[in-house]
Amino acid sequence: MVLQILFIAITLAAVALFSYNLKKVIRNIRIGKAADRTDQPQKRFMTMVKVALGQTKMFFRPVPAFLHLIVYAGFVIINIEVLEIMIDGIFGTHRIFGGLGPIYNFLIGSFEILALGVWLGCAVFLIRRNVLKLKRFSGVEMKGWPKSDANYILITEILLMTAFLLMNAADAKLQAMGASHYTVAGSFPVSQYLMNLLPNSEGALIAIERGCWWFHIIGILAFLNYLPYSKHFHILFAFPNTYFSNLEPKGEFSNMQSVTNEVKAMLDPSFSPPEAEPGRFGAKDVNDLSWVNLMNAYTCTECGRCTSVCPANITGKLLSPRKIMMDTRDRLEEVGKNIDKTGNGFEDGKSLIDSYISREEIWACTSCNACTEACPINIDPLAIITELRRFAVMEESQAPASINAMLGNIENNGAPWKYSPTDRLNWAKKS
Amino acid sequence: MSEQLNFEVPTMAEMIAKGEEPEILFWVGCAGSYDERAQKTTRDICKILHYVGIKYAVLGTEESCTGDPAKRAGNEFLFQMQAMTNIEVLNGYNIKKIVTGCPHCFNTIKNEYPGLGGSYEVIHHTQLIQDLINDGKLKAEGGESFKGKKITYHDPCYLGRGNDVYEAPRKALEVLDAQLVEMKRCKSNGLCCGAGGAQMFKEPEKGNKDINIERIEEALETQPQVIAASCPFCMTMLSDGVKMKDQDQNVQVLDIAEITARANGL
Repeated sequence: MVLQILFIAITLAAVALFSYNLKKVIRNIRIGKAADRTDQPQKRFMTMVKVALGQTKMFFRPVPAFLHLIVYAGFVIINIEVLEIMIDGIFGTHRIFGGLGPIYNFLIGSFEILALGVWLGCAVFLIRRNVLKLKRFSGVEMKGWPKSDANYILITEILLMTAFLLMNAADAKLQAMGASHYTVAGSFPVSQYLMNLLPNSEGALIAIERGCWWFHIIGILAFLNYLPYSKHFHILFAFPNTYFSNLEPKGEFSNMQSVTNEVKAMLDPSFSPPEAEPGRFGAKDVNDLSWVNLMNAYTCTECGRCTSVCPANITGKLLSPRKIMMDTRDRLEEVGKNIDKTGNGFEDGKSLIDSYISREEIWACTSCNACTEACPINIDPLAIITELRRFAVMEESQAPASINAMLGNIENNGAPWKYSPTDRLNWAKKS
Repeated sequence: MSEQLNFEVPTMAEMIAKGEEPEILFWVGCAGSYDERAQKTTRDICKILHYVGIKYAVLGTEESCTGDPAKRAGNEFLFQMQAMTNIEVLNGYNIKKIVTGCPHCFNTIKNEYPGLGGSYEVIHHTQLIQDLINDGKLKAEGGESFKGKKITYHDPCYLGRGNDVYEAPRKALEVLDAQLVEMKRCKSNGLCCGAGGAQMFKEPEKGNKDINIERIEEALETQPQVIAASCPFCMTMLSDGVKMKDQDQNVQVLDIAEITARANGL
């Protein structure tokens, strides 16, 4: 009875803490400017099903895609087991679904095979990161916390799967011994091989079984609460992120309505623009970005597919699209903490540009869309780069000198080069 | 194969004065108008239009920059000024259909002008060539033979990833009976030439290599006789790359329109 109360208390506390942190994240995302992404709901839903659930964009790299699929399937399907753990924990039962007989045996058997798959998948991922040291996982932005974060996630998953299999092995052994409370249920295609490693005394086996049971469920609850601090948030945010992703052709940049009104007023004196909303052109800080940009930042799992295809990064420039996303999240988190403390987060003398993302980075972008194409969950680093450029050019007039010369030429000659508009048809001169 | 044209290129103003309307407006673009190398492509597009007998016109001196480089550089004001001025001209001539000689103009007019009051059917010149081949109006006869030649095609970002046009330029190459070889990074995975996003007009940031060199090394790995392009900016970057690698005697960089015009003896 004490254990049941303890279980319920831990679960409620974990869910409450997660809700509290999730609310803060949503509040932070709402710092962003409005953007309408509610059109074409059917197409949006299908995009989410294909890209997030079906992971179609992962398969451009088949090896990690396969391993990721196993870990993902394991994560989703083994969570059915968590339902049983929850019920058992609350009511003090043991393997409550055991009555399902062959179906139950099939389920537990499948979970075990998946658990082994997840274990192996995570082990290979750890090797890729720490032994093979794949280039995609390095880079200036991947030092310190991001590197540890990735390893913590993989090690935790390995520990959770180990606990799950050890728990089953002890359970199977207890079932075979006819221990009371351990009803015969389940099949153990993987953990049967672990049975011999375990002691034979009933007391010790019960201790292992219970220990692993508690470790497994507390581990899952702890992992849930780790998400808001981690790149691993993508397991949840991949879904809304793909649902609200850009459906227009990638080449299209949004037209700024605030500018349209001003330009119309300039070209047509009789046009009276509607009341302009306060704010600046482009983005200096995270509050100038749209909520979609900010959600993108929380969704990024730092896989580096964007950076590995970025022509600027490939040729040794400072720009890394992954860093753009990580900087945006870091700055947003900082602003969120400032709001928690002072109620107003933007008075700390810092900004996304300069304090986090340098001018050199934003001007190295060729707007080629390789990053947005490569992102397996439709994150758009280019949109943020564009907003930062807009701020630099329209609010500060701070662009590289040659860019300013080009802009001057368009303004004066209607072409980015210094040619006379009257010479525009010279190419057609007959021989 | 003379460089100059032996026919008049009709302008919109002349056509309207004669009380006529073109089937299609050819949007030449700044590079196509002023850049010497791109001018050749422009003339070849005209030769193709002239040859198949499509009634077309250009804006001539009434054309102005679409505003693409201004927009990518972050100057939305200048972009919209350019866009609205151009839209006024286009709508004034009641233009319905536009073919562009440049993927950047294509993308901007097709995707970004409608929101500012300019809606047209916009195609890139490789799509026009594909349509003409499909309709049997263009073949690969009567001119230079590309049969068996090794050709690799470089996808411009604003045509490929930007607008999902991958097949049209390849279709134009397939009729040549040439040997098409793809680079490792092609189609949606294609590597940028390094010119987009207003990079064309500035020095690159500090790095260990220029992007066009990275790209040209990959192109040369396919051991091509021709590198096919379909964007004037890619043309500049790729041509420079080939020169830097001292391969300009062995490898030609040609626009799809030039290849088509040559194959048809235009």
